[in-house]
Amino acid sequence: MKKWLILLISWWLVLPAWALEATPTENDPVAQKRAVELELKLRCLVCQNQSIAESDAELAVDLRRQVRHFVAEGKSDEEIIQFMTDRYGDFVLYQPPVKTTTVLLWAGPIVLLLLGLASMLLLVRRYSKSADQSNEQLSAAEEARATALIEGRDEL
Amino acid sequence: MIPEIGQFALVLSLILVLIQGTLPLIGAAKNIPAWMALARRTAQGTFFFLILAYGCLIYSFVVNDFSVLNVANNSNTQLPLAYRIAAAWGSHEGSIMLWVCLLGIWSFAVSVFSRHLPEEMVARVLGVMGLITVGLLLFLLFTSNPFERIFPMPADGRDLNPLLQDPGMVLHPPMLYMGYVGFSVAFSFAVAALLSGKLDATWARWSRPWTLLAWSFLTVGILIGSWWAYYELGWGGWWFWDPVENASLMPWLIGTALIHSLAVTEKRGTFKIWTVLLAIVAFSLSLLGTFLVRSGVLTSVHAFATDPRRGLFILAFLALVIGGSFALFAFRALRVGTPGAFKPVSCETALLGNNILLGVSCGTVLLGTLYPLFLDALNLGKISVGPPYFEKVFVPIMALVVLLMGAGPLIRWKEMDASSLFRKLAIPFGVSFIAALLLAIMLKGFAWTSVVLLTLGFFMAFWILSTLIVRLMQALSGDLAKKLRRQPASFWGMCLAHLGIAVFVIGVTVVKGFEAERDVKMAIGDTVEVGGYTFKLEGLEAVTGANYDATRGTFALIKGEKELRKLYPEKRIYASHGMPMTEASIDSGIFGDRYVSLGEQLSPESWIVRVYYKPFVTWIWGGCILMALGGLLALIDRRYRVKTHHPAPISLMRYTLTGNTVIK
Amino acid sequence: MKRKWVLLIPLCVFMILAVFFMVGLNRNPREIPSPLIGKPVPSFALPDFRSPDKTVTEKDFAGKVWLLNVWASWCVSCREEHPVLVKYAKEIGVPIVGLNYKDKYADGAKWLNNFGDPYTLSIIDADGRFGMDLGVYGVPETFLIDKAGFIRYKQIGPISEEVLYNTIIPKIKELESQ
Repeated sequence: MKKWLILLISWWLVLPAWALEATPTENDPVAQKRAVELELKLRCLVCQNQSIAESDAELAVDLRRQVRHFVAEGKSDEEIIQFMTDRYGDFVLYQPPVKTTTVLLWAGPIVLLLLGLASMLLLVRRYSKSADQSNEQLSAAEEARATALIEGRDEL
Repeated sequence: MIPEIGQFALVLSLILVLIQGTLPLIGAAKNIPAWMALARRTAQGTFFFLILAYGCLIYSFVVNDFSVLNVANNSNTQLPLAYRIAAAWGSHEGSIMLWVCLLGIWSFAVSVFSRHLPEEMVARVLGVMGLITVGLLLFLLFTSNPFERIFPMPADGRDLNPLLQDPGMVLHPPMLYMGYVGFSVAFSFAVAALLSGKLDATWARWSRPWTLLAWSFLTVGILIGSWWAYYELGWGGWWFWDPVENASLMPWLIGTALIHSLAVTEKRGTFKIWTVLLAIVAFSLSLLGTFLVRSGVLTSVHAFATDPRRGLFILAFLALVIGGSFALFAFRALRVGTPGAFKPVSCETALLGNNILLGVSCGTVLLGTLYPLFLDALNLGKISVGPPYFEKVFVPIMALVVLLMGAGPLIRWKEMDASSLFRKLAIPFGVSFIAALLLAIMLKGFAWTSVVLLTLGFFMAFWILSTLIVRLMQALSGDLAKKLRRQPASFWGMCLAHLGIAVFVIGVTVVKGFEAERDVKMAIGDTVEVGGYTFKLEGLEAVTGANYDATRGTFALIKGEKELRKLYPEKRIYASHGMPMTEASIDSGIFGDRYVSLGEQLSPESWIVRVYYKPFVTWIWGGCILMALGGLLALIDRRYRVKTHHPAPISLMRYTLTGNTVIK
Repeated sequence: MKRKWVLLIPLCVFMILAVFFMVGLNRNPREIPSPLIGKPVPSFALPDFRSPDKTVTEKDFAGKVWLLNVWASWCVSCREEHPVLVKYAKEIGVPIVGLNYKDKYADGAKWLNNFGDPYTLSIIDADGRFGMDLGVYGVPETFLIDKAGFIRYKQIGPISEEVLYNTIIPKIKELESQ
């Protein structure tokens, strides 16, 4: 057990040589911020549900370093993202690109919102009509309730 | 022996709950009082046996009975006691067991606090809850038996996933599940209303406190989960739009719509169809959340691979419960519904908008969460939908909700003069906007993108606050003392919960706008500055915990010349799993957190260190606490308080007694 | 009653979801298709495992169908896959190139000594750069490359006898005949 553990720790400690550099963007706050923002958009493939900014997995560490190298070299966001999708596919992007297969994903919320607002309009119009009709004939109970409301006794 | 008792208790509770789920429902339909009266007794009996079974499971974990497969897989002799108990709900079997158990607790609570309800209603509500319990118990016993034995018995267990070895694990799942399962009460009330065709203001008055309680639990559960992720995952995020989190957010959104819709049903006798629908959806999403996510259809690990029966069973169960109740809804909803009658400018309209917008926001989260599954199922490739997507689509919808939320409490029921509403809202609107703009410019200068975002965030918070103040002034004008007494608790609950949203929005806005982080290589003696604070690495040492080895860094937190305190982040390696775990160390305060965690080790003396300054981050959770307190405050409204105990009619008492003998 | 169909919407939505869940039950979310399929193998110049001063490049395999198997001594599932490769290396009939990924040389050498060496040739990718170009995210992974140097298939996870006979060998035969 113990031996196995030591093996694991030592494996984990032995990072590849180029990983031993300090993070290349650490002294440039602007580049650092850009690097972190990019990392948050990239999904770690091994851990399935973490971005490479968050993950402790070795692949994430490597990719993080790669991103920082690119940022330090002055590569644009698009170039870096292209580098990642060329290798790992769209799966690596937390923000899926707009294409035919993702049209529904991006249009969905707007469609839902419009449908919601439309149905609200319809409902309000209908209810407003029935309010006009029922206004004349308040029942005794409603009358009492209305008085209560006006006096502010009945609150939400 | 003890596991067998637990197993036996589960079987007994299944038998009882089979009675609870059938006879009272038939009794209510055919008007047989004796059968209806069985509901309470069987629910209480089920509760007893479920608690007994759960006790046995926890006992097996506490005494390290590794002959139980579930214990062997999820616990370990080195595991501290609190986590051994928490491990009882750490596994698949254990968490389903917790679910059933909490359902037993809620059923029990309904059976005890329903003295003033008509027998028929109680029979139906408990009957429906019984049917849900039957399905889950069958699932538990046939596919996920928590008491399964293994032979030969291993010398030691495999240990609980180190990520779960945290105080958060002790609190988060029970709280969250209390919320999820709590919605079963509102669900059962809704189904009972559909079955009986009767839904009136008293119905809403009964189901409202149960819904408020469940909602408060869910809010607290989500809050603990978020806070746990914040300090445990080691990089300062507090919400990740992970499918598991989305699964808890969706019932929360619909639950929020439900408590508002219930208010309209109670006060105005309308929105009945909405209320019933929302009650069904809230619980359906809870089921969907617990099972589909936990069981791995949405996330990682092919959990069903080991036993494909589980997946099919769960799907069949969901189809029956959700599909069945939606079918019932489709065919019976018109019977309970009454058309609304209100003018376009009215509180009803505002709350209708609230229902619709929260529904849309929930639909959006659902779409984003399930979209990768849709594409994969259609063989159209694998994609990820994560935070950037959700932030883009969810935040604008919530901005609309907040806008409406400010105005809502100022609008009268049924009808209001548009111009007087406008007059009421103009001042809060103008003041909030100008204050937000000034504050944003003062804090961030004229960089326009950040000014727009900050202004929007501050505006939303100020808008809620200023409209609340106007509402309070309106409620308390005149004789203050008298008015104070006259406002019902639910009014104060509303104020507190809305205030919570404002606090939450401020927290999010400030964190997003002003958080700072550094990610640097440090050796002993090095310093790094972030957000006006200096972190100095003073030492690194090896420490040994109960079941892990760790490297612990000692950092001095310095402001100006003065050392404020020491921080001790750790990188742990758990003996059983061998995976590195980050333990951040946080100096937490009302106006901001200073957060440090160890990244990767570069050489024996140097580490990548992550330091963060997170201003106002605690306000996010503070806001959630206020919301939950608001829910609880509304709950104690005297309208919901159990009226004086009428002694049950003799005839009924006899039926309960016969019910008792039937059980024996 | 003409609005009744509206009330059926929740049921319909749920039924559609249920169908997707049904299909989703049989999917493995861990398997991510590689965008490199149909693309030329990324160029590399890496040291030969057996004589590290010699450099191997993708051009050395021009005109051949070959397998590129990514492995490491620290990888648990490789232990499961390795005997299959050793046993069937002859039957596979095309060069199998081992890519020793992010490993220590000594550990890798010991592994091959202990468990056998099925590889026609092994190359060293100590820092994982080539692995990154290949989009490797979980070892073992195996790429099947055609005569023109295009990646035709990627096996994620260990090769079992079943995968070998049902997928890889038929694909090799197909590519060989082209």
